[in-house]
Amino acid sequence: MKFDTFSAFINMGGYGFYVWLSYGITAILLLILILSSIKGHRQVIKNIAHRKQREDKLRQVRKQQLKQRNS
Amino acid sequence: MWKWLHPYANPEVSYHFAGKILPWLSALAALLLSIGIIWALAFAPADYQQGDSFRIFYIHVPAASLSMGIYLGMAIAAFISLVWQFKLADASATAMAPVGATFTAIALITGAAWGKPMWGTWWIWDARLTSELILLFLYLGVIALQNAFEDKNLAGKAAGILTLVGVINLPIIKYSVEWWNTLHQGSTISKLGKPSMSVEMLWPFLFCFLGFIFLVSVIICIRFRSEILARNSLRPWVRTLVLQCLTQEKTNEV
Repeated sequence: MKFDTFSAFINMGGYGFYVWLSYGITAILLLILILSSIKGHRQVIKNIAHRKQREDKLRQVRKQQLKQRNS
Repeated sequence: MWKWLHPYANPEVSYHFAGKILPWLSALAALLLSIGIIWALAFAPADYQQGDSFRIFYIHVPAASLSMGIYLGMAIAAFISLVWQFKLADASATAMAPVGATFTAIALITGAAWGKPMWGTWWIWDARLTSELILLFLYLGVIALQNAFEDKNLAGKAAGILTLVGVINLPIIKYSVEWWNTLHQGSTISKLGKPSMSVEMLWPFLFCFLGFIFLVSVIICIRFRSEILARNSLRPWVRTLVLQCLTQEKTNEV
């Protein structure tokens, strides 16, 4: 350890504000990027599933219409 | 000789390969970054001139060089996609853009927070800072173009051309500290020859740098997989995969 006490570690030789600002913003930005990427992946899967459901419904409706016309 | 690469041109194979390496990359990124950051913050020596503000270096420099590295990767992918119409290259370029933009923003913000105590100002319109800001605008332009068209192929083409034009900015950023008089200090790490920093500072830097590289690959992998799914949503293999994912989620909820 280069720092004797915890408060010295937070103080960073007088540069504490700038050092923790840098590390804090980096952590926040990276966290947002990671979480939004994971969320985006789930969203893509959900969207495809929705589309498939809609297409299946359309197909059923068309089949029924065909049946009604024929009968 | 390059035949082993051919199967990876298949989106399905690429999707599963990216999924397989994802946990390993994540573990490496977490391990290297936690070692590197703790080392940089608590155990590395303070600089004899800049004191403890030098600790910003351990994220500023990796972020800055990765912002340029990701752009180069994106440009290569854009070139391959434009010339050979290779669709996976376009998907990977789309996956890289937001990651690169974030790292450019990190480089600019940490640079400002380092500049304030060292130079006395958050921002100055000098060559290095301005060209890095232009890099951020290039990334934002590329992202905007990628989302501007409903047709993904057209969007990829437009964004790819902007990406290739923007490559001119990379040497300008790299050599700006040599070509012009600037407040920004010269590079601390030189690839050829001995690094001008002490070993005690070099090791935590290498851990941070490698950790960030792995983190970047993790995020690009995740986004690349989403892109593949979105672009192949009509294929049967995607359909069955989506069904599997959803049923798995439902059983997890129960």
